[in-house]
Amino acid sequence: MVSRLFRAELRRALQLLWRSPADVLNPAAFFVLGLTLFAIGFGGAPDALGAFAAIVIWILVLLAALLSVESMFRREYEEGVLEQWLALGEPLFVAVLAKLLAYWLVLGGVFLVLAPFAAMALFLPSAAWPALFLTLLIGSPSVLAVAAIGAALTVGVGRGGVLLTLLVLPFLIPVLIFSASAITAAQQGLPHSGALLWLGVILTLTLTTAPFLIVGALRIGVEQ
Amino acid sequence: MTQVLLTAEGLEVSRNDRFLIGALDLVVRRGDCWALTGPNGSGKTTLLRALAGLHSEYSGRLSLAPQAFLGHKPALNLLLSPRANLEWYAALVGTSARAEERLAAVGLESSSRVPCGQLSAGQQRRVALAALALQPAPLWLLDEPHTALDVSGQALLDSLLHGHLARGGAVVCATHQPLDQTGRFQQLAEPGIDIKQGMALRRWQPRNG
Repeated sequence: MVSRLFRAELRRALQLLWRSPADVLNPAAFFVLGLTLFAIGFGGAPDALGAFAAIVIWILVLLAALLSVESMFRREYEEGVLEQWLALGEPLFVAVLAKLLAYWLVLGGVFLVLAPFAAMALFLPSAAWPALFLTLLIGSPSVLAVAAIGAALTVGVGRGGVLLTLLVLPFLIPVLIFSASAITAAQQGLPHSGALLWLGVILTLTLTTAPFLIVGALRIGVEQ
Repeated sequence: MTQVLLTAEGLEVSRNDRFLIGALDLVVRRGDCWALTGPNGSGKTTLLRALAGLHSEYSGRLSLAPQAFLGHKPALNLLLSPRANLEWYAALVGTSARAEERLAAVGLESSSRVPCGQLSAGQQRRVALAALALQPAPLWLLDEPHTALDVSGQALLDSLLHGHLARGGAVVCATHQPLDQTGRFQQLAEPGIDIKQGMALRRWQPRNG
C-alpha cells in the first residue's frame, strides 16, 4: 500500500513540476545569473575566482534551492489537497518523501547539468570537478529536505520567502562548509573524503528526520 | 458490518481559545443523513473539521469510521486535469479510477483534459463530487456542498447522496440550504439535536420521486 501511495504521489509531484516549470526554471535562471555576475565581476582574475569558486557555487545552490522550495507545499495548502491527505488518514510522510524525491530529481538534475558550466565560468580547476559533482549529489537532497521543513512551517504565511530563508539558512551552513571544504581540498590535491562522509552523515540525518518534521509542520498549518 | 459510523461523546470544540460548541453527543449510523445548520461563524466548519481530524482543539471522546471530507476548498490539483485528479484520488484510496465514466456522470466528459484551474467554480465542484463518489469511505463529511452548483448540479448532488445512503453510507453535511429545496429529502419527525442558539443537527431521509 505504501509503495502504491508513493508511486501515485511521485507521479503527481512530477506532473505538477511539469505543469508549472517556473518552480524550477526561476531558480535555475537565478543560479545562472548569479554565476554570470560573479564571472563578469572577477573578469580579469581567474586565479582569485578559482579560489572562491566552490563557495560561490554552493551559496548560489543554497539560495536557488530556497527559492524553489518556498512554494513546495503552498499549492497543496491553498487547493485543499493537504486537508485531503490528512482527512484520508494516509501516511503523510510517504507523500512528503515522494515530493522531496521529485524535487531532487528535477532540481538536483538541473544543478548537476549546470555544474560543468559553473565550474568553467568560475575557472574551477578540473581536478576539483569530481568533488563538485559529489558534493552536489550528496549535499543537495539535504538542502532540499531541510528547506522543505521551513516551507512546511511557513505554508500558511502568504509570502514566506524571507521568513523561510531566516529559519532555514542557519541549519544549512554545515552543508555549505563541508561542501566548500571538500571542493577546496580537492582543488589543492588534498584528501577530501572526510568532508564527503560528513555530507553523507548529514544526508542520513535529514532524510530520516525531515519527513516527520515536515508532516508535523504541515499539520499545524492545516489546523490554523 | 458495524452499524455505527461515528460516535461523539461530550465533544467540546473551540478555536483559537474561543469556545464554540459545548458537550455534543452524536451517533451517526449507516443510512443516516444529518444536516448541520447555523449562522455564519457559529462553528459549523470547525465542527466538521474536528470530525474529519483536521482540527485538534477539542475535548471529549470521538471515534469514527474512515471518512471522506469535502470542505470549502475544491481539494483538486488545479494544474492537473480532472482526469489526473481522479486517478490520483483513486490511487490514494486504492480503487480503480474509471475517470472518463465518472466525469461523464457529473457532466464533464468534454473537459476531462483541461487543467482544473481553467474550469469554473461549479465545474470544479463537480469534479470534487466525482472524486468524493469514488472513495469507498462509508462516512461523508460535507461542508456546504451546494456552493457554486447550478440547478442540475444540485440534482446531481442529491442523486449522489441518495445513492450513498442507499448503499449504507452516512452523511454529515453543513448547509445553509434546506435539503428539501429540491424535494428529494424530507426531514424526520424527531427533535434532532440543538447544539446551541441557532445551531442544530437535523436528520433527513431520502424521498423518492
